[in-house]
Amino acid sequence: MDDKQRRDLMTGVRDIAPILLGVIPFAMVSGITAVGAGIPKHIAMLMSLSMFAGASQLAANQLIGAGAAWFVIIYTALVINARFVVYSASVAPYLQSLSSPAKWLYAYLLTDQGYALSVLRFRRGDNLDPHLYYLGISVTIWLTWQVFSAAGIYLGSNIPEHWGLDFAVPLCFLAVLVQALEDRESIVAGATAGCIAVFALPLPLNTNLILGVMTGIGAGLLSEHLRHRREGRF
Amino acid sequence: METPHLIAAILAMAAGTLVLRLSFIYLFSEEMPEILDRALRFVPAAALAALVAPAVLRPDDGPIDVSLGNERLLAAVFAGLVAHYTKSFLFTVLSGMTAFWLLRLVF
Repeated sequence: MDDKQRRDLMTGVRDIAPILLGVIPFAMVSGITAVGAGIPKHIAMLMSLSMFAGASQLAANQLIGAGAAWFVIIYTALVINARFVVYSASVAPYLQSLSSPAKWLYAYLLTDQGYALSVLRFRRGDNLDPHLYYLGISVTIWLTWQVFSAAGIYLGSNIPEHWGLDFAVPLCFLAVLVQALEDRESIVAGATAGCIAVFALPLPLNTNLILGVMTGIGAGLLSEHLRHRREGRF
Repeated sequence: METPHLIAAILAMAAGTLVLRLSFIYLFSEEMPEILDRALRFVPAAALAALVAPAVLRPDDGPIDVSLGNERLLAAVFAGLVAHYTKSFLFTVLSGMTAFWLLRLVF
């Protein structure tokens, strides 16, 4: 690796550094709640390494702790991670030159933060090598996630229950949710999903989650359609 | 859940998540259908709201509680404002937990 390549890699590491302040508590909460849900420590670590997707891990921890059915746990996690399809489609044109193993690695390392930062660079197409920049960002996030998940799993599990640390889970979701409410249509989607999920909570098999997500997406699409019609685009 | 079942569920989630991430990078080369693209853009808002709202509005899966006695609701509203203005994950979680602890001391 020559100097220029090292510099491109390090630019990614430097750009992601401030965002790690958010990754650290997220990883620790995910580790602590995994153990709190009754998952054996090494298996909680396996979960963190194999999934590497915070929001879905937190949701899975919550469902596992509540004794949900296995298929509910799996589909809830996958619904939350369906957003990766959007990221995947959006970065795919810039990754076509990579070898197959590199594509697998880049896909495994795909995160919200890594996507948001690197897609800007990919589109700009300046003198920076976007692949190395992406690696610099993603490997840094990966290492931070794994180290602090391990800290939460192996060191944080003796936190007394009366601290109410379970409330940190919805707060983690809330922090990401507020950033996702970027326009009127996504607010409609979120509000609908939230209301349905609240009222449908007594339904069996945690049906309220999937019902909330589906009606939320439908409401978002509908409000987008209505806005386009108002603007005379259809 | 027994440990072997738990491991199987975790590996299924991991494999499924990898397939979602690989989808357009590796598996299909076409453009994404427009309607799918638009629908998927609402997933983060809808999924996260569906997770947050019951945890905040129905503490311990009980009845809906929108009173001032619901510390989780008050703390979440405060944390939501912090999230909106600071855009910081760390400050959001810290301010929400601090508000939650203080409110529980007061009430």
